[in-house]
Amino acid sequence: MFWERQIETMPVKELRRLQLRRLKKTLRQAARSPAYSKIFKARRISLEKIRSLDDLKYLPFTTKEDLRESFPYGFVTMPLEKIVRLHSSSGTTGRATAVFHSSKDLEGWANLVARCMYMAGVRKGDVFQNMVGYGLFTGGLGFQYGAERLGALTIPSGSGNSRRQIGLMKDFGTTVIHIIPSYALLLWKLFGEMGLDPKKDTKLRIALVGAEPHSEATRQRIEEMYGVDAFNSYGLSEMNGPGVAFECPEKAGMHFWEDDFLVEVIDPKTQKVLPDGEEGELVFTTLNREAMPLIRYRSKDLATIFPECCRCGRTHRRISRIKGRSDDMFILKGVNIFPLQIDTTLMNIPEVGTNYVVILERVNFEDRMIVQVEVRPEIFKGDLWQLENLQRKITDALRSELLVTPKVELVEPDSLPKSEGKAVRVIDRREM
Amino acid sequence: MAHQISVFVENKPGRIERVTGILAEASVNIRAFTVSGTYEYGVMKLLVDQPDKALGALKAHGIPANKREILAVLMEDRPGGLHRIAKVFGQRKINMEDAYGFVIEDKKRAVLVVDVEKIGEAEKILKEEGLSTLTDDEIYSL
Repeated sequence: MFWERQIETMPVKELRRLQLRRLKKTLRQAARSPAYSKIFKARRISLEKIRSLDDLKYLPFTTKEDLRESFPYGFVTMPLEKIVRLHSSSGTTGRATAVFHSSKDLEGWANLVARCMYMAGVRKGDVFQNMVGYGLFTGGLGFQYGAERLGALTIPSGSGNSRRQIGLMKDFGTTVIHIIPSYALLLWKLFGEMGLDPKKDTKLRIALVGAEPHSEATRQRIEEMYGVDAFNSYGLSEMNGPGVAFECPEKAGMHFWEDDFLVEVIDPKTQKVLPDGEEGELVFTTLNREAMPLIRYRSKDLATIFPECCRCGRTHRRISRIKGRSDDMFILKGVNIFPLQIDTTLMNIPEVGTNYVVILERVNFEDRMIVQVEVRPEIFKGDLWQLENLQRKITDALRSELLVTPKVELVEPDSLPKSEGKAVRVIDRREM
Repeated sequence: MAHQISVFVENKPGRIERVTGILAEASVNIRAFTVSGTYEYGVMKLLVDQPDKALGALKAHGIPANKREILAVLMEDRPGGLHRIAKVFGQRKINMEDAYGFVIEDKKRAVLVVDVEKIGEAEKILKEEGLSTLTDDEIYSL
C-alpha cells in the first residue's frame, strides 16, 4: 500500500522536525547560488536566525520574474559539471525559465513520482503508457523515470498520434495511462469511431490525469468512459514537475509530499500566510533539492490545504483541486499560455489593428482557442486572398509562439468590445 | 479606366446593410456589386458612379475600403456576348482573377467588370480586338 511507509506515515511532529532540518540545509545550499546570495545580502538575512518552520515568513518570496531576471544560471548552486538535466517551462520569446537538476535531484524526483504512482495502485507488472509530451515539458520524462523506478514496463508514447496510441494500448495490453484530461475525453471519441470500446477492448485499469485543471465531473466521466480509476496529479516545473501532489485511493484531495516540499498558502494580494482550510496561492519551498533549491516560490496556483487526517493513513496533508490562477495564465491542451505572449505576437504584425479577443471554447471535448483580430483599415487592398494570407500569417506566428494552433478570425475595425487599458481580453467559455 | 471599391465585411447579418447605408447617405449610386467570402468574412466589390466619394464616405466611418483600377468592358446583351470577351482573354492568355456583370439596357448593352493582373496591357488588347472599356465618367453617365 505504501511505497515508503516510514516516510508516508511519519508522525506529524517528526515530519516537522525533518522539514526544519531540511529547510536549514536548503537555505545553506541556496546561499551558494549567485541569486540567493545577493537576495540574502540585500535583505540582511542571516540564516542562523531561521530556527523554526514559522520563521520561514521572514524570508522573501521567489517569483517567476526573479527566475527570469537571473536566467539562465543565477539560481544554480553547483558547478555545471554536476548538473545533468535542464527542464524549461513554456514560453519561447525570452520569457522562459529553466530549472536544473543534479543526478541526486533526478533520483529524488523519480522516487516522488514512483511514490505517487504506487499510491494510485500502479505496481510492477503493469504496462504504463505515458501519453504526454516528452522533451522540455516535465510530464513526459518525469513519469518515465518514476515509472521505471517503480518497475512498471513503460511505453514512452508521447502526445498525439491518437490511432497509434490506441494501437499501442491494444498491442501491449496497457493497464495504466498518464494522460491530459481533455485528451482523454477526445481520444474516447476515436475509440468509438474505430468501433472499439476501451472498457472491453483494452486492459486499462488506472488513469493518471494531470497537467490541466479539471473538475470532479471530468474525472468521473473519464472513469466511466474507460472503466478505470482516475487519479488527479499536480506539479509544476519549478518544483520538478509531476510528483508534487497526488491523489490516494480516497480521491479526496491530493497529498503533497511534505518531506520534499514546504507548502504555504498565502493571500496573493496581501502576501500574508493563510491558515489551513483557506483558499489562496500555493507557495513552495524545496526541501530536498541541491542544484537549484527554491525558497517560497510563488506558484500562482490557487488551492486550499485540507489539514484533516486522511483515511489512507498518510500524514502528509492534502490540497484541493487547483481552483484557478492568481495571474492571467491559462492552460490550453496542457500548454501554459500567458496573454502577454499573444499580445506581443499580434502587435508585432503590422496588419493587425489595436483590438483583439481571445475566446477559449470546448467543442466535442476538444479545447480550442479562437483569436478574433481587428484588421487595420489602411492595410486592406481589396482582395480576399490578401486576407487569407494575413489569417495564415497570424495563425503561424501564434502557433510558433504558443505551441498550440489557434483559430484566427479577422473582424472589422471597432467591432470588438473595447478593452480597458492594457488588459487583454480572454474569454474562457470552457466548463471544467 | 474604371475604378472599383472593395470593402472588408464580416460574414454577419447587418454588415452589408451598414455599407449600403453609408453609400446611400453619400448619394452614391451602386451600378453593380458582388460579395465573395469565406465562412467568417468576405470582400464586397462595388462598381459605383462616384468611386472617390464612396471611398471617402466609407473610410470616414472606419470601414476598411480600397479603390483600384478595374476593367469595365462593354458587351452586347445577346447570346455570345460574354463569350466574345472570354475568347479574347483566352486567346491572348489573360487570366481573369475575378469578374461580375450587369445589364445596362435589356437586349442591347451589358458590362463585364473584370479584374486581371496586367490591367493596362489587357485594356490595350481589348481595344485591338474592337472592344471598348468604360471610364468612371462613362459609368457615372450610364
